[in-house]
Amino acid sequence: MFDFTSARFPSRFARVLGAAAALALTAGAAQAQKGETVKLAYIDALSGLMGPVGQNQVKTFQFLTEKFNKSNPAGVKFEIVPFDNKLSPAESLNLLKAATDQGIRYIMQGNGSSVALALVDAVNKYNERNPGKEVIYLNYSAVDPDLTNSKCSFWHFRFDADTSMKMEAITTFMKDQPDVKKVFLLNQNYAHGHQVAKYAKEMLARKRPDIQIVGEDLHPLAQVRDFAPYVAKIKASGADTVITGNWGSDLALLVKAANEAGYNGKFFTYYTGVTGTPTALGTGGAGRVYQAAYSHYNMGGETQKLGNEFKAKFNDDLYTWSADHILLMLSQSMANAKSTDPVKVAKAMEGLTVKSFNGEVTMRKSDHQLQQALYISVWQKADAKYPYSPENTGMTLVPVKEYESYVSSTPTSCQMKRPG
Amino acid sequence: MDQIFINLLNGLSSGLLLFMLSSGLTLIFSMMGVLNFAHASFYMVGAYVAYSLVGIVGFWPALLLAPLVVGLLGAAFERLALRRVHKFGHVPELLITFGLSYVILELVQLIWGRTAVPFTPPEALQGSAFTIISSPAQGLSFALGKAAPELCTAALCSTFPLTRAFMMLVALLMLLGLWLLLTRTRVGLVIQASLTHPEMVEALGHNVPRVLMLVFGSGCALAALAGVIGGITFVTEPNMAVIVGSIIFVVVVVGGIGSLAGAFVGSIVIGLLQTLPLTVDASLASALTAMGMTVTPDTPGYPVLRLALKDVAQILPYLLMVMILIFRPKGLLGTRED
Repeated sequence: MFDFTSARFPSRFARVLGAAAALALTAGAAQAQKGETVKLAYIDALSGLMGPVGQNQVKTFQFLTEKFNKSNPAGVKFEIVPFDNKLSPAESLNLLKAATDQGIRYIMQGNGSSVALALVDAVNKYNERNPGKEVIYLNYSAVDPDLTNSKCSFWHFRFDADTSMKMEAITTFMKDQPDVKKVFLLNQNYAHGHQVAKYAKEMLARKRPDIQIVGEDLHPLAQVRDFAPYVAKIKASGADTVITGNWGSDLALLVKAANEAGYNGKFFTYYTGVTGTPTALGTGGAGRVYQAAYSHYNMGGETQKLGNEFKAKFNDDLYTWSADHILLMLSQSMANAKSTDPVKVAKAMEGLTVKSFNGEVTMRKSDHQLQQALYISVWQKADAKYPYSPENTGMTLVPVKEYESYVSSTPTSCQMKRPG
Repeated sequence: MDQIFINLLNGLSSGLLLFMLSSGLTLIFSMMGVLNFAHASFYMVGAYVAYSLVGIVGFWPALLLAPLVVGLLGAAFERLALRRVHKFGHVPELLITFGLSYVILELVQLIWGRTAVPFTPPEALQGSAFTIISSPAQGLSFALGKAAPELCTAALCSTFPLTRAFMMLVALLMLLGLWLLLTRTRVGLVIQASLTHPEMVEALGHNVPRVLMLVFGSGCALAALAGVIGGITFVTEPNMAVIVGSIIFVVVVVGGIGSLAGAFVGSIVIGLLQTLPLTVDASLASALTAMGMTVTPDTPGYPVLRLALKDVAQILPYLLMVMILIFRPKGLLGTRED
């Protein structure tokens, strides 16, 4: 496209670079990365049933990037480059190629462990074949525990809490809920849903052996429009509680169908706060719908201000706070490594501890799983103490229990291979 | 027991929605010999047009206007595009509707975006149509609307949403209307005659091409009506056409291509087949065990035997279509022998 400039560009570019290098040398190498622009590829579904979630997160990243670009430990400028993977693993691999072709060395993905497992593989291969051009994969919400256990990779960092950690929090909470007697497991039929069902059974057997699992179902991911048959089945099973890892439309349509059918059991979810579900819940689920997550809508302090500002700006809700962790840890690691080179940054990020919205968080060196506090929150009417209302529903998620990171921490079987 | 009843109602209502779609498709096919690949696209356009109209005129006028608008679009398409390629035979006709479905999909995404739009039912259709109260003491009983909470403390209450009841009502009214139109009116008689003896009808002085345009337009309007109701009951999004697109062909094939009664029976069968198996946990393995055989993971074919009915529910309609095509190619109620 820019043929004539690119012909002239190299020599000019080289001169500029030379000058910059000379400057850097005289200024000392301490701030070598300062002023650099770091591109972060956002690869996730921006269309289809899960599209609203992805579009919200792109806004989240762009919003937080703007804040970070004003000041961050490394003094770099972040730039978000969104790609739409249509929730397809195959499509995501093409986009990884597109991103690396553009010279992007940091990729981010989160919605769908099916995609995440494919991406980890592809990133591993790419880095092996392209030494000196390595990319890092920053995962903000794909929570399949395999990603930090059997499939763990030096190039992958997870900033959400994985399925086992959240289930640890949920089941610990259930220990004090004697009215939970019969549980139904309804999940999406892919990596993440399978893991939720597996860990729910395992951990309930350990902590509440008296609880009866009265039913277990898997449904196709992001394809079901009509959850009425599933709800009828839940009702027929006599379950008083449903545990589900569903997200996006799969959770919104599920609670909508449950409301319509007059089901009044409890829901223990991972993603009540995510786009679409607050509206579908409305006032119907008050006091019955719980979420286990690393944040909630009423965090207070600086975080609350950011959330309110986001709402004022986009009339949308900021819930992917792991984006904040990513930018915070990335810039801190770049400052510590004095470089934006992914290999050095990855090494600097291992074991890094920062203070963030949910307390001190540490990127565990052994498996690259962020260790952080988790909250159980419940859906109820917004009030003076907990005023933030997602999707203008008049309702909110009120924290009922906070678990320090050591409570929800789960062991890892990761045998990490490190470069060099 | 109450849940079996609810399941049956769920299946019937989605079957009736399918009927609203497949009736138009089967009419168009029997008259013009065209399998209209864009039929489900008109369903989607109906939902989107109604969504836009609701903001201007309110829901109830939009419910009438959207099918009219889409019907006119369909008639225009027949007049300006389909009729021109008619002389080249069926394959170009098929291809042009195929192309149209993609054009519509892209246009819808350009106009309304690639994600779902918030198309919600009007106040009057939110809430419950009736409640099934199943109490251990008195057995099953019904209450209109949402039953009082004190009734539900001692018993199990299940509510049936108004949107689904409305869906069933509209489909049944449509069935009645279509039947009266086709059998009791002059237009209906001309349409029926054009189905089997187009030359004779033309010789009698009727404008058969115009009848074709009318049928095509009406078929599209019916699809749009289904779209409005499907849109408020489920989700209004660009994939809604693809989702029903394949299943209405199954309905038409199973019911018998060109038969309105067949389309009705086919729709109900497929509607139930899409809903009921989802709730059954039994598998071939459990059936064999019940018959006294022992099935272990070492039994030959175990990976297939262990599949529960709920896991294979998605393929059952297509399996039925394949079976029908093999054993009864004219469909359940079809009359065509070729």
